[in-house]
Amino acid sequence: MKSVVSHQASTPQGTTDSLGSKLRRKRKNGVAGYAFVSGYFILLALFGIAPAVYAICLAFTSTGGHVVGLSNFIKTGEDFRFLPAFENIAEYLSIWLASLVVIVIGLALMLHSISRKVSAAFRFIFYLPGALAGAASVLVWLFMLDPTVSPWRLFLGIFDFKNLGQTILPGHLPIIFAIIAFWAGAGGWIVVTYGALNNIPNELIEAAELDGAGPMQTALRIKLPLIKKWITFMLILAFAAGTQLFVEPQLVGEASLGLISPTWSPNELAYYFAFQNNNFNYAAAISVDLLVIGLLCAAVLVFRTKLFEVE
Amino acid sequence: MRIFNRVWSRTLSYIVLLAFTAFFMVPVIWLLFSPFKTDHQLVTENPFALGTLENLGHAVRVMFTFEDYSLLNWLKNSAIYSFGGIAIALIFSIPAGYGLAHTQFIGRRTLLGVTLFVMIMPATALVLPLFLEANSVHAVGTPLSVILPFSFFPFGVYLAYIFYSSSVPKDLLAAARIDGCNEWNVFRRIALPLARPIIALVTFFAFVANWNNFFLPFVMLPNSTNYPLPIGLQDLLSTTPAFNPGQGGQVGIYRPELAVATIVAMAPVMIVFLFAQRSLVSGLLAGSTKE
Repeated sequence: MKSVVSHQASTPQGTTDSLGSKLRRKRKNGVAGYAFVSGYFILLALFGIAPAVYAICLAFTSTGGHVVGLSNFIKTGEDFRFLPAFENIAEYLSIWLASLVVIVIGLALMLHSISRKVSAAFRFIFYLPGALAGAASVLVWLFMLDPTVSPWRLFLGIFDFKNLGQTILPGHLPIIFAIIAFWAGAGGWIVVTYGALNNIPNELIEAAELDGAGPMQTALRIKLPLIKKWITFMLILAFAAGTQLFVEPQLVGEASLGLISPTWSPNELAYYFAFQNNNFNYAAAISVDLLVIGLLCAAVLVFRTKLFEVE
Repeated sequence: MRIFNRVWSRTLSYIVLLAFTAFFMVPVIWLLFSPFKTDHQLVTENPFALGTLENLGHAVRVMFTFEDYSLLNWLKNSAIYSFGGIAIALIFSIPAGYGLAHTQFIGRRTLLGVTLFVMIMPATALVLPLFLEANSVHAVGTPLSVILPFSFFPFGVYLAYIFYSSSVPKDLLAAARIDGCNEWNVFRRIALPLARPIIALVTFFAFVANWNNFFLPFVMLPNSTNYPLPIGLQDLLSTTPAFNPGQGGQVGIYRPELAVATIVAMAPVMIVFLFAQRSLVSGLLAGSTKE
């Protein structure tokens, strides 16, 4: 059985193959390759690349269509709402990603060390809130954060929150959004991480145990390095999703009686520029800002952890 | 000593797991209980006190008949957008993942790299440009303006690629070729049947992503008859006096009714999860060749 991270053995080419038949095979393989990816390529071009290129074009032009260089970036960057929006998101992301690394992996390792049936029940329970991601999860948490109806009212009482308005004060939002993201998103990642752990050959774990490794050592020295690729994958995607925060501040803002800024997150700011100010160029500039952050982070993770080591 | 350690770590594991069980489940249980109570009871009674079926009936009736059965309409819209997007995404992403993993062609690495980057790229960064794109072909407000962007699902391609490159041995495919299969048949007879867990995984992630997507339909669909459920929920939230005391109570949407709408919104994803669960974690490939 192949593990997730094992290197592929190169295709054994028969030594009796003549060079000609090898080349033929390669060419045939090439045409087939194009056929397999062509449909996806069209979707990629139309709904991935074209809009991205369009966003970049918009970001460097004025509403009248003139090339204006970095002007849109400078003007949006100097906007008084710009920095706070990015600070908000940075604070939220640091809490959310840290909890992913520590808690999600910790829970997955625990689940992997107990019996399969029991762990299946836990995984299901942890995953269940994933069904409420997005608007539904925000609604549920508006209930949870409202001390007048919340089942956690005792807990909220510790912080002396008397009504919803006090719980969702702007300063509390990064941690609240991290809790919502964790509640709705962690289960899915636990399932994925557990799946990756499951793919580790048993012999490896047994060998470690024979060599005297305890559960902790097996987890840290054998299991963790073997699922590194999936952890990277998780962090990249969670970061990407995290920078997109839109529905959470939007809906919580709806319930805050105007206490929370309608431009709390960068995406809200971009939306505001686009639909309140009718300035798609400013909106595109912020979109490109987010894009660059996401790409830089991805590049660092991809090149540092060799995500493509299956080659 | 070792056995002692093992018992300790196991006990500790269970304590932590149970604590998180409470964290994850209490909101769901509360949500399921709340439509059985009146708004007043939710405030005054124990959070887990049982309500009555009568209250449930009332909340369901009010919620479903609200604005001429809007909830059912949103549900229908969500289903059309989500499944339309998934169907197209699956048709293209499974062969693409296979092609990227097991065939050689010029531009393969580039396509792989672009896929990864587009997948990581915040999808919302493309929402406004997609809106302009749709606008230029007069597609704004149509179901296709949401379905087609949904059908582009690079995460699915990447999952399929990871699966095929790490869990389907090249030897297996080479064996099929030696037995006389052409490239299409290798894919159809060997790779595709093996892909069942990955099809479940892609369907599942695409469904959750589509069903819960907020920003794209929010921008693309200005008309409330086209709303999918998440936008519908926001609509409810903005009109309910439960969170906006300034709003008049004439719409009759209070917390129990909101809970009904939320349950309706989450139920399909839960049902899909129940079906996908088995193949989701069954270990991607249980030994078709031994190394």
